Amino acid sequence: MKRLITLRINDTDEEIYVEPWWPLSRVLRDELNLIGTKEGCEAGHCGACTVLIDGKTVMSCLYLAMKARGKDIATIEGLQGNDGALHPIQNAFIEHFAVQCGFCTPGMIMAAKALLDENPNPTEQEVREGLNGNVCRCTGYTKIVEAILTCAGKPKN
Amino acid sequence: MRFDCLEPQTIEEAVSLLAKFDREAKVIAGGTDLLNLIRTKIIKPKYVVDISRIPGLDHVKYDAVGTLSVGTLATIRSLEMSAQVKERHSVISQAAGQLGSVAIRNVGTVGGNLCHASPAADTAPALMALGARVKIAGPAGERATALENLFTGPGRTILERGEILTEIQVPATAPDTKGIYFKHAIRGASDLAIVGVAVVANFDGGRCRNIRIALGAVAPTPMRATGAERLLEGRELDLALIEIAAREAADESRPITDIRGSAEYRREMVKVFVRAAIKSVLPKENDRGNEIATAFQL
Repeated sequence: MKRLITLRINDTDEEIYVEPWWPLSRVLRDELNLIGTKEGCEAGHCGACTVLIDGKTVMSCLYLAMKARGKDIATIEGLQGNDGALHPIQNAFIEHFAVQCGFCTPGMIMAAKALLDENPNPTEQEVREGLNGNVCRCTGYTKIVEAILTCAGKPKN
Repeated sequence: MRFDCLEPQTIEEAVSLLAKFDREAKVIAGGTDLLNLIRTKIIKPKYVVDISRIPGLDHVKYDAVGTLSVGTLATIRSLEMSAQVKERHSVISQAAGQLGSVAIRNVGTVGGNLCHASPAADTAPALMALGARVKIAGPAGERATALENLFTGPGRTILERGEILTEIQVPATAPDTKGIYFKHAIRGASDLAIVGVAVVANFDGGRCRNIRIALGAVAPTPMRATGAERLLEGRELDLALIEIAAREAADESRPITDIRGSAEYRREMVKVFVRAAIKSVLPKENDRGNEIATAFQL
Protein backbone atom coordinates (compact mmCIF):
# COMPACT_ATOMS: atom_id res chain seq x y z
CA MET A 1 0.00 0.00 0.00
CA LYS A 2 1.33 3.41 -0.91
CA ARG A 3 2.30 5.76 1.86
CA LEU A 4 2.57 9.51 1.81
CA ILE A 5 6.07 10.62 2.69
CA THR A 6 8.07 13.84 2.48
CA LEU A 7 11.45 13.80 0.85
CA ARG A 8 13.78 16.79 0.93
CA ILE A 9 15.37 16.89 -2.51
CA ASN A 10 17.72 19.68 -3.61
CA ASP A 11 16.49 21.85 -0.71
CA THR A 12 12.82 21.42 -1.64
CA ASP A 13 10.30 19.31 0.30
CA GLU A 14 8.37 16.95 -1.97
CA GLU A 15 5.26 15.18 -0.70
CA ILE A 16 4.83 11.96 -2.53
CA TYR A 17 3.07 8.59 -2.39
CA VAL A 18 5.53 5.70 -2.51
CA GLU A 19 5.33 1.93 -2.33
CA PRO A 20 7.50 0.55 0.49
CA TRP A 21 9.66 -1.40 -1.97
CA TRP A 22 10.43 1.48 -4.31
CA PRO A 23 14.08 2.38 -4.46
CA LEU A 24 14.90 6.08 -4.33
CA SER A 25 16.10 6.02 -7.96
CA ARG A 26 12.64 5.01 -9.13
CA VAL A 27 10.96 7.77 -7.13
CA LEU A 28 13.39 10.37 -8.44
CA ARG A 29 12.98 9.33 -12.06
CA ASP A 30 9.42 8.06 -12.41
CA GLU A 31 7.58 10.13 -9.81
CA LEU A 32 9.50 13.40 -9.76
CA ASN A 33 10.90 13.38 -13.30
CA LEU A 34 14.43 13.98 -12.01
CA ILE A 35 15.86 11.85 -14.79
CA GLY A 36 19.42 13.11 -14.48
CA THR A 37 19.92 10.25 -12.03
CA LYS A 38 20.32 7.11 -14.15
CA GLU A 39 19.45 3.48 -13.46
CA GLY A 40 22.16 1.22 -14.86
CA CYS A 41 22.83 -2.17 -13.30
CA GLU A 42 20.27 -1.77 -10.48
CA ALA A 43 22.56 -3.85 -8.32
CA GLY A 44 24.94 -1.31 -6.81
CA HIS A 45 27.84 -2.04 -9.15
CA CYS A 46 27.80 0.75 -11.74
CA GLY A 47 27.23 4.00 -9.83
CA ALA A 48 25.03 5.61 -12.50
CA CYS A 49 22.35 6.16 -9.81
CA THR A 50 24.71 7.91 -7.37
CA VAL A 51 23.06 10.70 -5.37
CA LEU A 52 24.11 12.34 -2.13
CA ILE A 53 22.24 11.73 1.10
CA ASP A 54 23.32 14.04 3.91
CA GLY A 55 26.37 14.83 1.77
CA LYS A 56 27.49 11.23 1.29
CA THR A 57 27.35 9.17 -1.89
CA VAL A 58 24.62 6.56 -2.02
CA MET A 59 23.54 4.13 -4.74
CA SER A 60 19.92 5.25 -5.05
CA CYS A 61 18.92 1.97 -6.76
CA LEU A 62 19.73 0.10 -3.54
CA TYR A 63 18.26 2.63 -1.15
CA LEU A 64 14.59 2.47 -0.26
CA ALA A 65 12.79 5.79 -0.73
CA MET A 66 11.15 5.23 2.67
CA LYS A 67 14.56 5.33 4.30
CA ALA A 68 15.33 8.76 2.85
CA ARG A 69 12.68 10.50 4.96
CA GLY A 70 14.19 13.24 7.10
CA LYS A 71 17.41 13.32 5.12
CA ASP A 72 18.87 15.78 2.63
CA ILE A 73 18.92 14.33 -0.87
CA ALA A 74 21.04 15.99 -3.55
CA THR A 75 20.78 15.05 -7.22
CA ILE A 76 22.55 16.32 -10.32
CA GLU A 77 19.62 18.67 -10.98
CA GLY A 78 20.43 20.59 -7.80
CA LEU A 79 24.01 21.38 -8.71
CA GLN A 80 23.13 24.22 -11.04
CA GLY A 81 23.03 27.62 -9.34
CA ASN A 82 19.83 29.66 -9.13
CA ASP A 83 21.19 31.84 -11.93
CA GLY A 84 21.46 28.78 -14.16
CA ALA A 85 25.24 28.64 -13.96
CA LEU A 86 26.77 25.20 -14.01
CA HIS A 87 28.67 23.86 -11.00
CA PRO A 88 32.48 24.09 -11.36
CA ILE A 89 32.68 20.27 -11.58
CA GLN A 90 30.16 20.30 -14.43
CA ASN A 91 32.17 22.98 -16.22
CA ALA A 92 35.37 21.01 -15.70
CA PHE A 93 33.76 17.91 -17.25
CA ILE A 94 32.82 19.97 -20.31
CA GLU A 95 36.21 21.67 -20.61
CA HIS A 96 38.11 18.40 -20.28
CA PHE A 97 35.89 16.38 -22.65
CA ALA A 98 35.10 14.07 -19.71
CA VAL A 99 31.73 13.16 -21.23
CA GLN A 100 31.33 10.57 -23.97
CA CYS A 101 27.92 8.85 -24.05
CA GLY A 102 27.04 10.70 -20.83
CA PHE A 103 25.20 7.89 -19.04
CA CYS A 104 27.69 7.68 -16.17
CA THR A 105 28.24 11.44 -15.99
CA PRO A 106 25.63 12.48 -13.39
CA GLY A 107 26.77 9.72 -11.03
CA MET A 108 30.43 10.56 -11.67
CA ILE A 109 29.81 14.24 -10.92
CA MET A 110 27.87 13.53 -7.72
CA ALA A 111 30.60 11.14 -6.55
CA ALA A 112 33.20 13.77 -7.44
CA LYS A 113 31.29 16.40 -5.45
CA ALA A 114 31.17 14.22 -2.34
CA LEU A 115 34.84 13.41 -2.73
CA LEU A 116 35.89 17.07 -3.09
CA ASP A 117 33.62 18.20 -0.24
CA GLU A 118 35.32 15.68 2.04
CA ASN A 119 38.83 16.06 0.66
CA PRO A 120 39.28 19.34 -1.26
CA ASN A 121 42.79 18.46 -2.44
CA PRO A 122 42.77 14.80 -3.43
CA THR A 123 45.66 13.07 -5.15
CA GLU A 124 45.04 11.31 -8.44
CA GLN A 125 45.07 8.01 -6.55
CA GLU A 126 42.44 9.31 -4.10
CA VAL A 127 40.24 10.44 -6.98
CA ARG A 128 40.50 7.01 -8.63
CA GLU A 129 39.72 5.24 -5.35
CA GLY A 130 36.88 7.63 -4.53
CA LEU A 131 35.27 6.96 -7.91
CA ASN A 132 35.87 3.24 -8.03
CA GLY A 133 32.15 2.57 -7.64
CA ASN A 134 31.36 4.55 -10.79
CA VAL A 135 31.80 2.69 -14.04
CA CYS A 136 32.28 4.45 -17.40
CA ARG A 137 31.67 1.90 -20.18
CA CYS A 138 33.11 4.33 -22.74
CA THR A 139 36.22 3.93 -20.54
CA GLY A 140 36.83 7.67 -20.47
CA TYR A 141 38.41 7.61 -17.03
CA THR A 142 41.52 9.63 -17.83
CA LYS A 143 39.55 12.73 -18.81
CA ILE A 144 37.17 12.31 -15.87
CA VAL A 145 40.06 12.14 -13.41
CA GLU A 146 41.72 15.16 -15.06
CA ALA A 147 38.50 17.17 -14.84
CA ILE A 148 38.08 16.42 -11.15
CA LEU A 149 41.71 17.21 -10.37
CA THR A 150 41.35 20.67 -11.91
CA CYS A 151 38.53 21.35 -9.42
CA ALA A 152 40.73 20.41 -6.47
CA GLY A 153 41.39 23.25 -4.11
CA LYS A 154 38.58 25.40 -5.51
CA PRO A 155 35.76 26.67 -3.28
CA LYS A 156 32.85 24.27 -2.74
CA ASN A 157 30.16 25.93 -4.77
CA MET B 1 9.99 -6.72 -5.65
CA ARG B 2 7.05 -6.26 -3.32
CA PHE B 3 6.99 -6.10 0.46
CA ASP B 4 5.72 -4.05 3.32
CA CYS B 5 8.16 -2.11 5.44
CA LEU B 6 7.88 -2.26 9.23
CA GLU B 7 9.75 0.30 11.28
CA PRO B 8 10.31 -0.71 14.90
CA GLN B 9 11.63 1.97 17.22
CA THR B 10 13.21 -0.38 19.77
CA ILE B 11 15.10 -3.68 19.72
CA GLU B 12 12.26 -5.32 21.69
CA GLU B 13 9.75 -4.22 19.07
CA ALA B 14 11.98 -5.50 16.26
CA VAL B 15 12.43 -8.84 18.01
CA SER B 16 8.70 -9.27 18.50
CA LEU B 17 7.96 -8.41 14.84
CA LEU B 18 10.59 -10.88 13.65
CA ALA B 19 9.31 -13.55 16.03
CA LYS B 20 5.76 -12.97 14.82
CA PHE B 21 6.46 -13.05 11.08
CA ASP B 22 9.41 -15.49 11.19
CA ARG B 23 10.26 -16.58 7.65
CA GLU B 24 8.01 -13.98 6.07
CA ALA B 25 10.19 -11.16 7.42
CA LYS B 26 13.79 -10.10 6.85
CA VAL B 27 15.80 -7.51 8.72
CA ILE B 28 16.89 -4.54 6.62
CA ALA B 29 19.58 -2.10 7.77
CA GLY B 30 21.46 -0.49 4.87
CA GLY B 31 19.81 -2.84 2.39
CA THR B 32 22.74 -3.00 -0.04
CA ASP B 33 22.80 -6.81 0.12
CA LEU B 34 19.16 -7.50 0.98
CA LEU B 35 17.62 -5.50 -1.88
CA ASN B 36 19.79 -7.37 -4.37
CA LEU B 37 18.59 -10.70 -2.97
CA ILE B 38 14.97 -9.56 -3.23
CA ARG B 39 15.35 -8.03 -6.68
CA THR B 40 16.91 -11.21 -8.06
CA LYS B 41 14.09 -13.20 -6.39
CA ILE B 42 16.50 -15.28 -4.31
CA ILE B 43 14.30 -14.38 -1.36
CA LYS B 44 10.73 -13.07 -1.33
CA PRO B 45 9.98 -11.63 2.10
CA LYS B 46 6.49 -10.32 2.75
CA TYR B 47 7.89 -7.83 5.27
CA VAL B 48 11.18 -6.08 5.75
CA VAL B 49 11.85 -4.97 9.31
CA ASP B 50 13.84 -1.75 9.06
CA ILE B 51 15.98 -1.55 12.18
CA SER B 52 17.82 1.57 11.03
CA ARG B 53 15.60 3.92 13.05
CA ILE B 54 16.36 2.20 16.35
CA PRO B 55 18.57 4.58 18.32
CA GLY B 56 21.88 3.59 19.90
CA LEU B 57 22.95 0.86 17.50
CA ASP B 58 25.51 2.67 15.34
CA HIS B 59 28.34 3.33 17.79
CA VAL B 60 32.04 2.63 17.26
CA LYS B 61 33.63 3.12 20.67
CA TYR B 62 36.30 1.90 23.05
CA ASP B 63 35.83 1.27 26.77
CA ALA B 64 38.38 1.81 29.55
CA VAL B 65 40.11 -1.54 29.01
CA GLY B 66 40.34 -1.06 25.25
CA THR B 67 37.48 -3.30 24.15
CA LEU B 68 35.95 -2.04 20.93
CA SER B 69 32.15 -2.10 20.71
CA VAL B 70 30.59 -1.71 17.30
CA GLY B 71 26.84 -1.31 17.00
CA THR B 72 25.21 -3.47 14.38
CA LEU B 73 24.13 -0.35 12.44
CA ALA B 74 27.62 1.18 12.26
CA THR B 75 28.37 1.71 8.60
CA ILE B 76 31.35 0.07 6.96
CA ARG B 77 32.55 3.60 6.15
CA SER B 78 32.44 4.66 9.81
CA LEU B 79 34.67 1.69 10.71
CA GLU B 80 37.03 2.54 7.86
CA MET B 81 37.31 6.21 8.84
CA SER B 82 37.56 5.85 12.63
CA ALA B 83 40.99 7.16 13.67
CA GLN B 84 40.86 5.09 16.86
CA VAL B 85 40.08 1.87 15.01
CA LYS B 86 42.87 2.62 12.54
CA GLU B 87 45.29 2.96 15.43
CA ARG B 88 44.13 0.14 17.69
CA HIS B 89 42.56 -2.47 15.37
CA SER B 90 43.92 -1.49 11.98
CA VAL B 91 43.01 -4.81 10.35
CA ILE B 92 39.35 -3.78 10.69
CA SER B 93 39.91 -0.45 8.90
CA GLN B 94 41.87 -2.25 6.20
CA ALA B 95 39.04 -4.70 5.55
CA ALA B 96 36.34 -2.02 5.75
CA GLY B 97 38.25 0.13 3.26
CA GLN B 98 38.29 -2.74 0.77
CA LEU B 99 34.57 -3.56 0.96
CA GLY B 100 32.67 -2.29 -2.07
CA SER B 101 32.66 1.28 -3.28
CA VAL B 102 32.44 4.33 -1.01
CA ALA B 103 28.73 4.63 -1.85
CA ILE B 104 28.14 1.05 -0.64
CA ARG B 105 30.29 1.58 2.46
CA ASN B 106 28.32 4.75 3.34
CA VAL B 107 25.12 2.71 3.61
CA GLY B 108 26.11 -0.91 4.27
CA THR B 109 26.42 -1.87 7.93
CA VAL B 110 28.78 -4.18 9.75
CA GLY B 111 25.83 -6.14 11.16
CA GLY B 112 24.49 -6.56 7.64
CA ASN B 113 27.84 -7.67 6.26
CA LEU B 114 28.06 -10.37 8.95
CA CYS B 115 24.41 -11.52 8.98
CA HIS B 116 24.27 -11.73 5.18
CA ALA B 117 26.81 -14.50 5.87
CA SER B 118 28.54 -14.35 2.53
CA PRO B 119 31.63 -16.58 2.66
CA ALA B 120 33.40 -13.59 1.04
CA ALA B 121 32.29 -10.92 3.55
CA ASP B 122 35.34 -8.71 4.02
CA THR B 123 34.75 -7.72 7.63
CA ALA B 124 34.39 -11.32 8.81
CA PRO B 125 38.00 -12.56 8.54
CA ALA B 126 39.33 -9.30 10.01
CA LEU B 127 36.99 -9.47 13.00
CA MET B 128 37.54 -13.21 13.47
CA ALA B 129 41.32 -12.73 13.45
CA LEU B 130 40.84 -10.25 16.29
CA GLY B 131 38.74 -12.66 18.35
CA ALA B 132 35.50 -10.71 17.98
CA ARG B 133 32.31 -11.75 19.75
CA VAL B 134 28.77 -10.92 18.76
CA LYS B 135 25.79 -10.02 20.92
CA ILE B 136 22.42 -11.32 19.86
CA ALA B 137 19.03 -10.13 21.12
CA GLY B 138 16.01 -12.39 20.87
CA PRO B 139 12.69 -13.38 22.40
CA ALA B 140 14.49 -15.32 25.15
CA GLY B 141 16.80 -12.41 25.99
CA GLU B 142 20.38 -11.70 25.07
CA ARG B 143 23.19 -14.10 24.25
CA ALA B 144 26.76 -13.73 23.05
CA THR B 145 29.11 -15.98 21.12
CA ALA B 146 32.38 -15.90 19.22
CA LEU B 147 31.91 -14.46 15.74
CA GLU B 148 33.18 -17.64 14.10
CA ASN B 149 30.21 -19.50 15.62
CA LEU B 150 27.77 -17.15 13.89
CA PHE B 151 28.15 -18.67 10.44
CA THR B 152 26.68 -22.05 9.56
CA GLY B 153 26.82 -21.92 5.75
CA PRO B 154 26.52 -19.59 2.78
CA GLY B 155 23.81 -17.08 3.76
CA ARG B 156 23.14 -19.04 6.95
CA THR B 157 23.71 -18.10 10.57
CA ILE B 158 22.83 -19.38 14.02
CA LEU B 159 20.27 -16.60 14.38
CA GLU B 160 16.96 -18.15 15.35
CA ARG B 161 13.40 -16.94 15.04
CA GLY B 162 13.14 -13.38 16.29
CA GLU B 163 16.86 -12.89 16.83
CA ILE B 164 18.93 -9.85 15.79
CA LEU B 165 22.67 -9.31 15.98
CA THR B 166 23.01 -6.11 18.01
CA GLU B 167 26.70 -5.54 18.69
CA ILE B 168 30.19 -6.74 17.86
CA GLN B 169 32.84 -6.68 20.58
CA VAL B 170 36.53 -6.81 19.84
CA PRO B 171 38.99 -7.33 22.69
CA ALA B 172 42.06 -5.13 23.06
CA THR B 173 45.13 -6.62 21.43
CA ALA B 174 48.47 -7.26 23.13
CA PRO B 175 51.01 -4.42 22.76
CA ASP B 176 52.82 -4.34 19.40
CA THR B 177 50.17 -6.47 17.75
CA LYS B 178 50.15 -6.20 13.99
CA GLY B 179 47.41 -7.18 11.63
CA ILE B 180 46.85 -7.32 7.91
CA TYR B 181 43.91 -7.99 5.63
CA PHE B 182 44.66 -9.00 2.06
CA LYS B 183 41.79 -9.03 -0.41
CA HIS B 184 42.54 -10.76 -3.67
CA ALA B 185 39.97 -9.51 -6.21
CA ILE B 186 40.09 -8.66 -9.88
CA ARG B 187 38.47 -5.22 -9.66
CA GLY B 188 39.66 -4.23 -6.21
CA ALA B 189 37.21 -3.17 -3.52
CA SER B 190 34.14 -3.11 -5.79
CA ASP B 191 34.58 -6.80 -6.51
CA LEU B 192 33.98 -9.82 -4.31
CA ALA B 193 37.07 -11.45 -2.86
CA ILE B 194 38.49 -14.51 -4.61
CA VAL B 195 40.41 -15.02 -1.41
CA GLY B 196 40.47 -12.86 1.73
CA VAL B 197 43.17 -13.37 4.34
CA ALA B 198 43.46 -11.71 7.74
CA VAL B 199 46.42 -12.37 10.03
CA VAL B 200 46.91 -10.86 13.48
CA ALA B 201 49.88 -11.60 15.76
CA ASN B 202 52.37 -10.08 18.13
CA PHE B 203 55.97 -11.07 18.81
CA ASP B 204 57.52 -11.57 22.19
CA GLY B 205 61.29 -11.99 22.21
CA GLY B 206 61.13 -13.09 18.60
CA ARG B 207 58.43 -15.66 19.30
CA CYS B 208 55.10 -15.48 17.56
CA ARG B 209 52.20 -14.98 19.99
CA ASN B 210 48.42 -14.89 19.74
CA ILE B 211 48.48 -15.57 16.03
CA ARG B 212 45.11 -15.84 14.36
CA ILE B 213 44.64 -16.56 10.69
CA ALA B 214 41.18 -16.11 9.17
CA LEU B 215 40.16 -16.82 5.59
CA GLY B 216 37.31 -15.54 3.45
CA ALA B 217 35.76 -16.87 0.23
CA VAL B 218 37.47 -20.27 0.45
CA ALA B 219 34.92 -22.28 2.45
CA PRO B 220 31.14 -22.31 2.98
CA THR B 221 31.73 -19.78 5.76
CA PRO B 222 34.55 -17.43 6.74
CA MET B 223 36.95 -19.69 8.64
CA ARG B 224 39.94 -19.82 10.96
CA ALA B 225 43.03 -21.69 9.78
CA THR B 226 43.63 -23.15 13.23
CA GLY B 227 46.05 -25.81 12.03
CA ALA B 228 48.33 -23.17 10.54
CA GLU B 229 47.99 -21.07 13.70
CA ARG B 230 49.11 -24.01 15.86
CA LEU B 231 52.21 -24.52 13.72
CA LEU B 232 53.28 -20.92 14.36
CA GLU B 233 52.13 -20.15 17.89
CA GLY B 234 55.06 -19.69 20.29
CA ARG B 235 57.64 -20.37 17.62
CA GLU B 236 60.40 -18.28 16.08
CA LEU B 237 59.42 -17.91 12.48
CA ASP B 238 61.69 -18.72 9.58
CA LEU B 239 61.16 -19.16 5.87
CA ALA B 240 60.59 -22.89 6.06
CA LEU B 241 58.07 -22.68 8.89
CA ILE B 242 56.09 -19.89 7.23
CA GLU B 243 55.93 -21.95 4.06
CA ILE B 244 54.68 -25.01 5.94
CA ALA B 245 52.02 -22.95 7.73
CA ALA B 246 50.85 -21.35 4.48
CA ARG B 247 50.48 -24.83 2.93
CA GLU B 248 48.59 -26.01 6.00
CA ALA B 249 46.16 -23.07 5.66
CA ALA B 250 45.65 -23.98 1.99
CA ASP B 251 44.96 -27.59 3.01
CA GLU B 252 42.47 -26.46 5.63
CA SER B 253 40.53 -24.32 3.16
CA ARG B 254 37.56 -25.86 1.34
CA PRO B 255 37.10 -23.63 -1.72
CA ILE B 256 34.65 -24.14 -4.56
CA THR B 257 34.94 -23.31 -8.23
CA ASP B 258 32.79 -20.38 -9.31
CA ILE B 259 32.80 -17.45 -11.70
CA ARG B 260 35.63 -15.75 -9.80
CA GLY B 261 38.08 -18.63 -9.65
CA SER B 262 38.57 -22.37 -9.56
CA ALA B 263 38.93 -24.29 -6.33
CA GLU B 264 42.51 -25.17 -7.27
CA TYR B 265 43.39 -21.54 -7.95
CA ARG B 266 41.80 -20.39 -4.70
CA ARG B 267 43.71 -22.98 -2.70
CA GLU B 268 46.96 -21.86 -4.30
CA MET B 269 46.11 -18.23 -3.54
CA VAL B 270 45.41 -19.08 0.10
CA LYS B 271 48.98 -20.28 0.31
CA VAL B 272 50.36 -17.19 -1.45
CA PHE B 273 48.39 -14.66 0.58
CA VAL B 274 48.76 -16.39 3.94
CA ARG B 275 52.51 -16.47 3.34
CA ALA B 276 52.53 -12.78 2.41
CA ALA B 277 50.28 -11.88 5.36
CA ILE B 278 52.48 -13.65 7.91
CA LYS B 279 55.49 -11.94 6.38
CA SER B 280 53.85 -8.55 6.72
CA VAL B 281 53.15 -8.89 10.46
CA LEU B 282 56.74 -9.82 11.31
CA PRO B 283 58.33 -7.19 13.53
CA LYS B 284 60.33 -4.76 11.42
CA GLU B 285 62.92 -4.00 14.12
CA ASN B 286 63.84 -7.65 14.06
CA ASP B 287 66.64 -8.10 11.51
CA ARG B 288 65.59 -11.64 10.92
CA GLY B 289 62.07 -10.39 10.24
CA ASN B 290 63.39 -7.98 7.66
CA GLU B 291 65.40 -10.67 6.01
CA ILE B 292 62.36 -12.92 5.78
CA ALA B 293 60.20 -10.03 4.64
CA THR B 294 62.61 -9.25 1.80
CA ALA B 295 62.77 -12.87 0.74
CA PHE B 296 58.99 -12.99 0.53
CA GLN B 297 58.27 -9.90 -1.54
CA LEU B 298 55.30 -10.75 -3.72
